Amino acid sequence: MKNEWPLWEIFIRSQHGLAHKHVGSLHAVDAGMAVKNARDVYTRRNEGVSIWVVRSSDITASSPAERDVLFEPAASKIYRHPTFFPMPDEVKHL
Amino acid sequence: MSPHLELLVRLGDNDVVLAQRLGEWVGHGPVLEEDIALANVGLDLLGQGRMWLTYAGELEGEGRTEDDLAFLRDQHEYRNVQLVELPNGDFADTMARQLYFDHAHLLTLQGLARSADARIAEIAAKARKEVAYHVERSNDWVIRLGDGTEESHQRMQLAIDRLWPYTGEMFSADAVDIELAEGGTAPDPRALREPWLAAVGAVIAEATLAMPTGEWMQGARRGGGKQGVHTEHLGHLLAEMQFLQRAYPGASW
Repeated sequence: MKNEWPLWEIFIRSQHGLAHKHVGSLHAVDAGMAVKNARDVYTRRNEGVSIWVVRSSDITASSPAERDVLFEPAASKIYRHPTFFPMPDEVKHL
Repeated sequence: MSPHLELLVRLGDNDVVLAQRLGEWVGHGPVLEEDIALANVGLDLLGQGRMWLTYAGELEGEGRTEDDLAFLRDQHEYRNVQLVELPNGDFADTMARQLYFDHAHLLTLQGLARSADARIAEIAAKARKEVAYHVERSNDWVIRLGDGTEESHQRMQLAIDRLWPYTGEMFSADAVDIELAEGGTAPDPRALREPWLAAVGAVIAEATLAMPTGEWMQGARRGGGKQGVHTEHLGHLLAEMQFLQRAYPGASW
């Protein structure tokens, strides 16, 4: 598979979204082509107003094997959730 | 046909015929991403073609719809330039055809966006945003392939040379074009040739390709696609495109 184009991860910011969201991946020879391909593959139905592309190989991911070590300790610490405070009615968008 | 109606049919037919050609790439593109991109360009053109032909039907006033015009006219009634009906060839041929057509298309729409006919101006203003993207894509591919490997360079050069004689028709003016230009309805095609040469020439130079220099152009003597004189390829294209409506008249989705 050495002739295959590199893989890119695509992030799209939608009309009303504040952050770019991962939508999928595609192949392209360089970043410019990845943006164009992302436009054609992932924004055909008016999904976005901005595109980010990142080479998949540039992403460092946590290892599934470490899942317990990394995330399990947080599961038993419900006091970290700010759910014990009554919210005044005037506060919106929380 | 009045010159006004003639113009709308010419514009619509270019779009519909090229959309059909690009649609032939679906399932055959070199990569999935390009497959979708070519289909997108085709669908943009189809949408534009519908607007021109709908308006043409209304202007004609004989009750013909966009579908009647697209599916029930024979090849001598089609008014697209010959360039857009040519077979897809290899990917370089398709991209050379896009390069030549997209740049002329954009210049035409920019002119039409200032048309004295408000409806034409409105359609052109909407379409030119789509076509500006088509131009970007075509430039990109011609440069990549021209300035790519030895083989891609050679095939891209062959493609721009092979299609060159079909470019003249886009910048020739007949009585229809002249009347419309004088009335401010459409730009004079002859005036678009210089800016087109400059834009296309810059891309070809950046692609490290040699600009074709042939003087002889298809259709220069006895008329071309705009006058209803077509290559042998259009009939086959229409046979496939129109089959359903011809075999099952009035069939709808």
